[in-house]
Amino acid sequence: MRFIFKTDYEQDIKLFQHGGAWWSYGLLFAVLAVAPYLIGSYLQSQLVFVFIYAIVGVALMILVGFTGQGSIGHAAFLAIGAYTAAFLQARGYPFEVYFPVAGILTGVVGAIVGIPALRLHGIYLLIATISFAFIVEEVLARWESVTHGNEGMRVRAVEFFGQTVSRDSNSFYFLCLGILVLVIIGTLNLMRSPTGRAFIAIRDSETAAKSMGIDLAKYKVRSFAISAAITGLAGTLYAHKMSFISPEMFTLLLSIEFIMVIIIGGAFGLHGAILGAIFIVMVDPLITMLKDDLPGMVASLSRGFGVGEEGARAVQDRLYAIFSAPGLKGAIYGLIIIMFVLFEPMGLYGRWLKIKLYFQLFPLYKKATFRRQKTYVKSERNR
Amino acid sequence: MLDFLQQLVSGLALGCIYGLIALGFVLIYKATEVINFAQGDLMMLGGFVAYTYITILGLNYWLGFLFAVLTMGLVGMTIERFVVRPILGYPLFSIIMVTIGLGFLLRSLAGMIWGTDDLKIEAPFSEGVLRIGDLVLAYDKLSVIVVTVILIAVLYLFFNRTRLGTAMRATSENMLAAYYMGIPVKRVVSLVWAISAMVAGVAGVLLAPITFVHSNVGLALGLKAFPAAVLGGFGSIPGALVGGLIIGVVETLAGFYLPQGWKDVAPYIILLLVLLLRPEGLFGALGRKKV
Repeated sequence: MRFIFKTDYEQDIKLFQHGGAWWSYGLLFAVLAVAPYLIGSYLQSQLVFVFIYAIVGVALMILVGFTGQGSIGHAAFLAIGAYTAAFLQARGYPFEVYFPVAGILTGVVGAIVGIPALRLHGIYLLIATISFAFIVEEVLARWESVTHGNEGMRVRAVEFFGQTVSRDSNSFYFLCLGILVLVIIGTLNLMRSPTGRAFIAIRDSETAAKSMGIDLAKYKVRSFAISAAITGLAGTLYAHKMSFISPEMFTLLLSIEFIMVIIIGGAFGLHGAILGAIFIVMVDPLITMLKDDLPGMVASLSRGFGVGEEGARAVQDRLYAIFSAPGLKGAIYGLIIIMFVLFEPMGLYGRWLKIKLYFQLFPLYKKATFRRQKTYVKSERNR
Repeated sequence: MLDFLQQLVSGLALGCIYGLIALGFVLIYKATEVINFAQGDLMMLGGFVAYTYITILGLNYWLGFLFAVLTMGLVGMTIERFVVRPILGYPLFSIIMVTIGLGFLLRSLAGMIWGTDDLKIEAPFSEGVLRIGDLVLAYDKLSVIVVTVILIAVLYLFFNRTRLGTAMRATSENMLAAYYMGIPVKRVVSLVWAISAMVAGVAGVLLAPITFVHSNVGLALGLKAFPAAVLGGFGSIPGALVGGLIIGVVETLAGFYLPQGWKDVAPYIILLLVLLLRPEGLFGALGRKKV
């Protein structure tokens, strides 16, 4: 087992706590660098979506995981970023201009949304962000001179310093990967700065944070603005990857998918955002596989167990009917959310930490290490 | 003027539905500080259950109504026992996510069981209209208003006059203290979920003759009940009804007088205004803790 012996404060805020991390992240980076040349175009495209979802996941992690606020309206920020990109691109601006502009604009909108957060707790904030998302969706559908309404907008390939980067090319993959890495490094640096520690203080106890002299208003608005700005950046990439955007792409379902990213990954560290993004992006192909292949597999399996041809065919048809029922995706999403919150509340990253600790402490691991404390006497009404 | 009155009455009927769903939010919120995002979907489920009893099994309308509401009570208790109780006391965000997931699940299951066609329940009074001068009021809309008002009054009396209602209020004030006072908190919470699911069931059955029963009806109406609950002060039973009425009327009038698009946004604009100007709502008793 590795003991990290800290002797001064500088050591406590190092990006990598120990030398081994350089090796593991270096290896991961090397794999990601050669991956697009080895895997097919389908998987490469899925990885790009993982990167985009991970950027949004990091943004939400800053807001939800680190500052303790809530938002079920991040699809709206994504939409604002995407539409800013599409609008400015149609006016002839290159990527290096509208990419930061989209981030700044979304950040400003996020700050405005954050202002009510000063007075709102918990559910009120969630409801406010949902309403905001609905209003944005409606505005996008009605403001036809800018957004072309429900017809949607085409988004051309990225023009990056004179180079054309098409959405399926490896260059676009590296662009997304690069932005994701920059966002992660930026977030890590943010979280070890006074601002980041103020966020964490607010999450742990607003009262305590306020007594320590943290200006709640300033930091909550800042958290919203940063989170929204990063989501806006992801929005431009999303617009380019989809190459077509319309208001019905940015619905409540997308916001909930983003929340699922951090719930599934584990809402307490950046690793969670990445793992959650991988999981969410891979759910769709898995469901398709379930629909297409599983009935046949089960049928051949039941043939192997001596069920007659008739029976096997009946099993196959029945399973096929079940898996191609409309709304299967919704049911699976619902089940995933419920199961994760009930049985794996720390998410995939939490599971990884548990497994790691199990082997580090080998015979001495006990479950209670990760048990969460329950609090029964919390009344928001008396806050 | 006549148009206005006509719209007003449909707005009131719609508002009553919002009020009933908001009432479900409020009951559960008061007792457990949980927001049940699946409340609208419980309403949808109530409609489907009633459809099963009345149209498929051919029961009498009123008997089917009663059975549907009782079934919904059972559903509510089941959900509480297996989904909500294990995570009670955990961070609010996880609990809300669970109810969102539950909403997804109920919606998809309903779509799989009853199909995705629009279903209709025939109520014995659904064809009739009441004429007052030139004003034409459909009985099915009036029935919503009447039943809602009665239900709210009964619940108000229940919470303020009966022993069980007092126990529920005590639980909502402070769960631990209520437990020390000998109140069986778990059973009370379970009953609160049952009542709230039953209220959702009533709303679902009442709505069925007016609109169609469809698996997505709950999501749209459920989300618009949030503004109603917030406007009423999220914790006040009469507030839920008043909030619902205001939202329903505003939405209907906005759909009639304002350009297209305002109808769907109006409730949320009201919600944001209320949250900005008076977060405690019209009837709320939201004290603020000072540091």
